[in-house]
Amino acid sequence: MYEGVVQSLIDELGLLPGVGPKSAQRIAFHILSADPADVRRLAQVLTEIKDKVHFCRICGNVAAEEECRICRDARRDPQVICVVEESKDVVAIEKTREFRGRYHVLGGAISPIEGVGPDDLRIKELMKRLADGEVTEVILATDPNLEGEATATYLARLLKPMGLKVTRLASGLPVGGDLEYADEVTLGRAFEGRRLLDV
Amino acid sequence: MHVAHLALADFRSYDSVELAFEPGVTTFVGDNGQGKTNLVESLGYLTAHGSHRVATDAPLVRHGAARAIIRAAVVRGDRRALVELEINPGRANRARLNRSPVPRPRDVVGLLRTVLFAPEDLALVKGDPGERRRFLDDLLVTRAPRFAGVRADYERVLKQRNALLRSAAQLGRGRGGPPATLDVWDAHLSRCGAELLAARLELVAALRPLVAKAYAALAPSSGSADFDYRGSIEETSPDRAMLEAALLAGLENARRNELERGITLVGPHRDELALRLGELPARGYASHGESWSFALALRLAAYDLLRIDGGDPVLILDDVFAELDAERRAHLAELVGPAEQVLITAAVPADVPGSLAGARFDVGDGRVNRVR
Repeated sequence: MYEGVVQSLIDELGLLPGVGPKSAQRIAFHILSADPADVRRLAQVLTEIKDKVHFCRICGNVAAEEECRICRDARRDPQVICVVEESKDVVAIEKTREFRGRYHVLGGAISPIEGVGPDDLRIKELMKRLADGEVTEVILATDPNLEGEATATYLARLLKPMGLKVTRLASGLPVGGDLEYADEVTLGRAFEGRRLLDV
Repeated sequence: MHVAHLALADFRSYDSVELAFEPGVTTFVGDNGQGKTNLVESLGYLTAHGSHRVATDAPLVRHGAARAIIRAAVVRGDRRALVELEINPGRANRARLNRSPVPRPRDVVGLLRTVLFAPEDLALVKGDPGERRRFLDDLLVTRAPRFAGVRADYERVLKQRNALLRSAAQLGRGRGGPPATLDVWDAHLSRCGAELLAARLELVAALRPLVAKAYAALAPSSGSADFDYRGSIEETSPDRAMLEAALLAGLENARRNELERGITLVGPHRDELALRLGELPARGYASHGESWSFALALRLAAYDLLRIDGGDPVLILDDVFAELDAERRAHLAELVGPAEQVLITAAVPADVPGSLAGARFDVGDGRVNRVR
């Protein structure tokens, strides 16, 4: 145990995801020995992030204003919505530059163990967005794990009766990789999701 | 296949030990509590990534050490592989193959195949259905490591679904109908369950003649050994689509009951491998000797099956001969004698039939010495 504020800092850092007691201690001592100006800048950003960053009132993505950059962009296709679990998934998909539609961030996935049900996710907001009939396709891009698949199945059952085109991201082999290095589960999925080759 | 070299660091009672083996029979002799079983347990762990004695990894690490390391040189035909597993209780284990790290420890499963006989095996016959389900599932994983994923997926869906049922049961029985997401979990449970169930049914069909043969060889004067897979659904053809539909229907029928009790009542986690001796159920009716013969027959059948798949697994007989009468000892010795490698532990050397003479190690005071 360290004295007073040093231990408090270690405790606080230890609450962050992926930071164990050892790392928390290392970061705390790094901050202690760092340039005071650097530390003040970090402290300022930490305060600002809670005050200034909002969640977009349309899609739930992090935004500097009421609506996020993507929802405000008139060039984005209003007919396609891509549903993701977290804001960081939006960033990941944006990097591909493949998708020109809009997003909807659920804020997690269905997981009864953690007490997360459909009402805890931004599903009602999604239904409201779909009500006016402008959207024609919903792409389900939740994580390819059990909870993500369950969420996708739930949404698909909800959306299909509305006459929408509902699609799920493909799971399969990493591009540029070797078939022999893929694990059995991924390879099995890739087989299930194989498609006709247009030639 | 055979193990040519075994090195342990901070595993159980051993801070450090290195042993060289040859094909054929090797016997570890020593008083109880000297660490004979610890040696063979390490090879069992390397096979199944779990111990046959404990459910958690913490007891496997020597008191005061942070991690344990098991390293074995496995020879199969003319190829030699060095497999290393680092056991980190509470964290992910790490594995190396020929000194290079592999992405997942699962990637080295199947390189060493062992079939382990231990006094605990009696529970296969006398214990709860869970013991027999685990026997089947462990064997599935040894035959095809992919099933480690199938099994983990099923357990995860089951946990999620049970959590949902439990909270629905607490919220108020019958009020407001079932939770909206229950259908989704039913679908996922049926799909994962059908995959596990199909594999188990195929395995049971393959094991049945082998168990009957092994039991007849071990206990020629006793009745015949057989078993049925009793599922929570009627469907018994190993067709995944049919099983999935049957599971889904089963869940629908059980729904009201499930909502009341807050647990999943249909699925492979409720199934039983019902063992029979002649016309009678083995559990409750078989004598101690018959139960032992049945347990050994199940293990021998697993060994035969792995051998048919290709590659002679290493046989490990941990303190088994002391439990058997002279006739059963002789029969067992006859059956295991031809294996490429047999590792035996015994407190009393005279318990081991003379036909299984081979290399011998004395185990005592945390040391293992070859007897020349």
